[in-house]
Amino acid sequence: MDKVLSNKWVIALYVLPSLLLILAVIYVPLVLTGYYGLMEWDAVSPMEYIGLDNYSRLIEDGAFWASVRHSLVFAVMSTLSLILYLAVAMILSANIRGANLLRKIYLIPMLLSSVAIAQLWLKIYHPTTGILNGFLEWIGIENTPAWLSDTKVVLWAVFIPILWQYAGFYIIIYYAALKNIPATLVEAARIDGATSVQIAFRIKLPLIFEVIKVTIVLAVVGSLKYFDLIYVMTGGGPNGASEVMASYMYNAAFDRREFGYGSAIGFFLLVICLVATWGIRRLTATKDTIEYS
Amino acid sequence: MKKKALTASAMLLSLSLVLAACGGSNNNNNDNSGAAASSSAPSSTTSDAPSSEASGEPITLKMMHLWPEGSSLQQFTLVNQIIEEYKSVAPNVTIKTEVLENEQYKDKISVLSSSNELPDVGVTWAAGYLEPFVKGNRFAPLDDLLQGELKDKFVPGVPEAYASGGKTYGLPLELNIVPVYYNKEIFAQNNLQPPQTLDDLKNIIKTLSDKGITPITLGGKDAWTVSFWYMYLAERLAGPELLNQSVQNNTFNDPALLEAAKISQELVDMNAFIKGFNGLSNDEAKAEFSSEKAAMYAMGTWEVPNYTTNPDVPQEFKDKVGFFKFPTISGGKGNVNDWVGGPGVGLFVSEASAHKDEAKKFVSFFVEKWGEHSVVDAGVIPATKVDTSTINLPPLFIELLNELGNASNLQLYLDVLMKPGAADEHKNLAQALFGKSITPEDFLKKHEEALKAGK
Repeated sequence: MDKVLSNKWVIALYVLPSLLLILAVIYVPLVLTGYYGLMEWDAVSPMEYIGLDNYSRLIEDGAFWASVRHSLVFAVMSTLSLILYLAVAMILSANIRGANLLRKIYLIPMLLSSVAIAQLWLKIYHPTTGILNGFLEWIGIENTPAWLSDTKVVLWAVFIPILWQYAGFYIIIYYAALKNIPATLVEAARIDGATSVQIAFRIKLPLIFEVIKVTIVLAVVGSLKYFDLIYVMTGGGPNGASEVMASYMYNAAFDRREFGYGSAIGFFLLVICLVATWGIRRLTATKDTIEYS
Repeated sequence: MKKKALTASAMLLSLSLVLAACGGSNNNNNDNSGAAASSSAPSSTTSDAPSSEASGEPITLKMMHLWPEGSSLQQFTLVNQIIEEYKSVAPNVTIKTEVLENEQYKDKISVLSSSNELPDVGVTWAAGYLEPFVKGNRFAPLDDLLQGELKDKFVPGVPEAYASGGKTYGLPLELNIVPVYYNKEIFAQNNLQPPQTLDDLKNIIKTLSDKGITPITLGGKDAWTVSFWYMYLAERLAGPELLNQSVQNNTFNDPALLEAAKISQELVDMNAFIKGFNGLSNDEAKAEFSSEKAAMYAMGTWEVPNYTTNPDVPQEFKDKVGFFKFPTISGGKGNVNDWVGGPGVGLFVSEASAHKDEAKKFVSFFVEKWGEHSVVDAGVIPATKVDTSTINLPPLFIELLNELGNASNLQLYLDVLMKPGAADEHKNLAQALFGKSITPEDFLKKHEEALKAGK
């Protein structure tokens, strides 16, 4: 077997199908998107080469920058919410009673499709018949907010379901990482007189730092390209108050039928994601990784 | 690191993918928009013509339409019925249909046209929507049909909405106007009469709102519904010409437009519209009217089947629904018989179709049969002339058809009149105006900017 696998042709043969697939569905469209970004194109008339005009328009487009700002808010909030997820995972991994059941409960939203979640929360947020306003009125609050209609509230209202949706995903990652820490280390610390808080901050956190780094990247990049829930819940409205980069791109391409401009936004989004990933890697770079010894 | 970036661009890819990879697979319903939310699965039906009796070479025509069985049962059935009837006329022609919901339909048509693979026959909108397809030479002119077998069949002036550069590229199926439906029971309980003037309307709003009843339901998340109210106010103030001229001349600074924007916000301040309307979709808003929680609802006549012929709606509720014409404004130039409305969708024939002549014959047959069946069977108002004296219809229907006959002017929807970019901006601005996040002055200014941008 080793012999077969060391044959370069065999390796090539095995790699080829997935390589072709990745080329066809990722790299080729990527290059094409970059190419379309230089065109003025409504998807019907012939394309017209306009150089970097789409990009200079992008820079002056206030609505676009508003969507960038919303995406960045999401990115920061998602990263902060990681602390919450981590705390929950710490508690769950501490062998408390019912941890197993709780873990499954947290995981459920992850199993639902975004559209289902969006529909669910649309009902919850319904200004007159929704369960949320129903509850608020029941405890005596008048003038309950119109969650998805108020331009000042809508962004936060949309963020809550996202927080809820991804809880299970990150908790499971942290949980697995925490469970991976050898019990002997924790025991040794305890014998040396460390408190639970000390164990959490001095032992567990440093040991799972690599995992935390990965989740930060996932959270930031995931927020920057977030689309589905927003598309279903608000469509970016009212008047762009919950527009994010991806929904703005979609609207530009499919509603306003400016595919060239939409592609330029898409390309810009890619660049932002790359920069963000690189930046986070740099910021969280540690010279020496801690290992279990 | 690189891998992460790739995950990062998944969204971007789905966009480009759709553009790049849809080429060879226009039959694959599931590809049409990777990211678009879809709750209604596309369905398709095939009607196989008996090939033994074929009078010519067997031909398959592809047709795409936007009436899924779930949400537009009447129209869906009607299309299949006409296709069935066409078998006896042209047994050698098989019509394959593909059905998508409105928004998805638009997306898919954009994608297909980019790779020049439009279906032989499909559904299009008028004016601004049609323009790029004509410029790109995607639709076949249908003037020979209009001059020939379909001569004088349409309500005058309607096919013109599908004309560009002197040629007509679409045959209208529907003609819609926007009445304000109201719940007669709620009105009676509060001693209210349908309003004649804006002041009447304001009184109604005040009475209902004081009693804790939602006066008007509105689905502002679908911003075109908000636009109805603005268009009517502007029309009633300035008369039938202003909106059209504004779009044509790329200006948006008439005092009447400003006044209409101010009245819009005044109505909002009176709590005329349902709480949180900008977060509600049209369907959600409609549900408020159907469940009798809101007293009024302005919507196109495509809603009429739900208040007349649709067997799923209880008769009890249907009996409570009436309509009134949008009230006039004292001192305004608009006539009470002017309507916001216009042709709905029409049929196009693809210029690239391999069987253009067959497709044209089918379209012509379709339009005629649609005119015959739509009112009676589907409760849809066709763009072809209807003789109301010979058919038996629910009263609400007859009244509306007669109103249509008396209409002094049809104000075509602003978002149809404008080019796609400006139309999108108009809808956003209408949302913002009614949501009170911009001033009436800025509302006008931004419209003018959008129109001047010429996109």
